[in-house]
Amino acid sequence: MNFNTLHTTHGRAIPFATGLKLARPELTVIVITGDGDAAAIGGNHLIHAARRNIDLTAVCFNNNIYGMTSGQYSPLTPKSKKAATAPYGNIENNFDLCRLVIAAGASYVARGTAYHVRSLIRLITRGIRHRGFAFIEALSPCPTYYGRINGLDSAISMLQWQKEHALDIKAASRKRPYELEDKIIIGELFNSEARGLNIPEFSQEYWNLIKRVKDK
Amino acid sequence: MAATAKGTVKIMQGNEACVEAALAAGCRFFTGYPITPASEIAEGMARRLPPLGGVFVQMEDEIASVVALAGASWGGWKAMTATSGPGFCLMQEGIGLLAITETPCVIVNVQRGGPASGQSTAPSQGDVFQARYGSNGDYAVIALAPSTSQEMFDLTVRAFNLAERYRVPVIILSDEIVAHTREKVYIPPAEELEIINRKKPAVPPEKFVPWRPDADGIPPMPAFNSGYKVPVLSQLHNEKGFRADAKEGAAFIQRLNDKVEKNADAIVEVEEAYLDDAEMAVISYGAVARSALRAVKDAREQGLKVGWLKLKTLWPFPAGQVRAIAGKVRKILVPEMNIGRMVLEVERVSGGLCEVKPLPKLGGRCHTPVEILTAIKEAYR
Ligand SMILES: Cc1ncc(C[n+]2csc(CCOP(=O)(O)OP(=O)(O)O)c2C)c(N)n1
Repeated sequence: MNFNTLHTTHGRAIPFATGLKLARPELTVIVITGDGDAAAIGGNHLIHAARRNIDLTAVCFNNNIYGMTSGQYSPLTPKSKKAATAPYGNIENNFDLCRLVIAAGASYVARGTAYHVRSLIRLITRGIRHRGFAFIEALSPCPTYYGRINGLDSAISMLQWQKEHALDIKAASRKRPYELEDKIIIGELFNSEARGLNIPEFSQEYWNLIKRVKDK
Repeated sequence: MAATAKGTVKIMQGNEACVEAALAAGCRFFTGYPITPASEIAEGMARRLPPLGGVFVQMEDEIASVVALAGASWGGWKAMTATSGPGFCLMQEGIGLLAITETPCVIVNVQRGGPASGQSTAPSQGDVFQARYGSNGDYAVIALAPSTSQEMFDLTVRAFNLAERYRVPVIILSDEIVAHTREKVYIPPAEELEIINRKKPAVPPEKFVPWRPDADGIPPMPAFNSGYKVPVLSQLHNEKGFRADAKEGAAFIQRLNDKVEKNADAIVEVEEAYLDDAEMAVISYGAVARSALRAVKDAREQGLKVGWLKLKTLWPFPAGQVRAIAGKVRKILVPEMNIGRMVLEVERVSGGLCEVKPLPKLGGRCHTPVEILTAIKEAYR
C-alpha cells in the first residue's frame, strides 16, 4: 500500500497523528490502535481527540487483551474473564469505547467484527471519508492469549462467537432491552453528518483562526 | 521445590525470584502495567498477592502505577512496581514525587534495549544514568544491580530494607538476561531474613513535627490516619510541611541527597575476586559481570594478573571501592551493555590514578567471555 507510516511508542499514535494533521491538514491520517493502546495508556489522548473532533480515523482492533505482551487484561477485558494478570477472573468493569468517544465528542463512531468483514470494510471506508474524528471499533479474535484461557481455543470458534453475538444496530432497534443483554451492537452507531449535525472540525477551525488573526 | 529444615531451594528465573523476595520482605501491594521483559513479575504478583491478603492492580499506564505506590506506602504498606525502558520513562515524574515525599517503595526496571520501544526482548544496561538522573531537580535514589536469580532474590529483599531505612525509592536495575535465566535460588526461612521496617514517630501526635529529621537525617514516618498529621507535599517544604523559603528549601534538597550519599558506606555492596595482586581490573555489574568473571578466570589461567569487581550497588556509586582499585592497578576495563556509562563514573573517581577503558556492547547481546578476554589481553600489554 502506498502509505507513509509511523510506528509510535505505545499509546501515542493519536498525538502523533494530531501533530501531523495540524501541520498538513490536506493529508488523510489513519490511526491503527489496540484496546490496550487506545483505552489504557492512550485513553487520555483518545478522549481529547474526540473532544476536539479532529479529522483522524482511528481503527481500534479490540481483541479484549494485551496480545503483544502475552495476555494481560485490558480495560476491554470483560468482567469475570481470565487473563495472565487476572488468574482469578477479572473483577474490573470494562469500557464501551464507542459510547465513551461519542460522549467525548467524536462525530463518526462505528463497530464491526472480523467475521462481518465486508460490513467492516464499509464502516472504515465511511469513517475515512467522514470529516471529523472517526472511531471504528473492530472486534478481532485473539485465540492465543484471550481465547485459550477462556475456553474459546480456536480462531474459528471465536469467529463463530462473533457471528452469534453481533447484531446490527437497525435490527437491534426493533428488540427489547433484555433481548440485547448478551449482544454486541455493530454498524454505524453515530454519524453527525447523517443526523444533519454540523460539528466543527479542529484542523479546519485552526486554519480559520490563523486566517482570522493574520488578516487583521 | 525442595523444602529443607533450613529454607527452600528452587529453580527460578530472576523475575520469579523478585516476586518471592518482595513477598518475603513484606510487600503486599503491587501496581504495574504489562511490558516485556518485566511482565512475569506482575503476573506472579497477580497470582500470589490476593491469597496473602495483598493487592495487585494492573493500572492504565506506568504513570498511574508508580504514583499508586505513594498512596499505598503512605497507607502504611510496602509497595512495588516493575517495568522496562518505555515504562521507566513514564515513571520519572513519579520517581521525583516519591523522592521529595521521602516515600519508601521499590521500582524494578528490567532493562531492555532502547531508546523508545527499542528491543523489547533483548537485554541492555542503557538506563543506568536514567535511574539516577531521570527526574527533574536534585534528588537521590538508591539503585541495585543483580546479576543472578539468587542476587535478584537477595537484592530485592535488600531494596525493601534500604527503602524503609532511608525513606527513598529504591530502583532495581535488572536486565532481560537476569530476568529470564532459570537457575538455583536459595530462599532462607522467614526468621533468618533481616527485615527492616520504617521508623515510626517516638513522640505523641501533638509533639510531632512531620518533616523534622532525627540525627540520622531521616524523619520518622507515620501512616495516614494513625493520629499523626502529615502534610505530604510535592513542593519543597520545611519541617512543618509548609512551602519552604530559599534557605529551608536548600537545606531540604541537601538532606534528600545527603541521606543517601553520606550513608554510601552502609549502602554500597560490591563483590570482588583476584584483586590482591592484580595489575589490571575488570569492573562490571548485572549479567555482564558473569561473562567478566569467566574472562578473568581464563586470563588468570593464562598468567595475566587480572582482578574482578562486581558492583551490586550502582547508586550511590561505590566510589571508595573503585578508587582503592584505581590506586593499585595499571588499567581498568569496564564492559557494559550500553555505549559506556558507568565507565564515566569509574574514570571520575579514579582521578587519573590509572587508565580506564570502556568496552561497550550494543544491539541487545551480552559480551561473551571471549570478547572480554580479548579486550583484557589487548589492554594488558
Ligand atoms: C510505556 C510502555 N508500556 C508498556 C509497553 C509494552 N506493551 C507493548 S504492546 C502492549 C499492549 C498492547 O495491547 P493492545 O493495544 O490491546 O494491542 P494487541 O497487542 O492486543 O494487539 C504493551 C503493554 C510499551 N511498549 N510501552
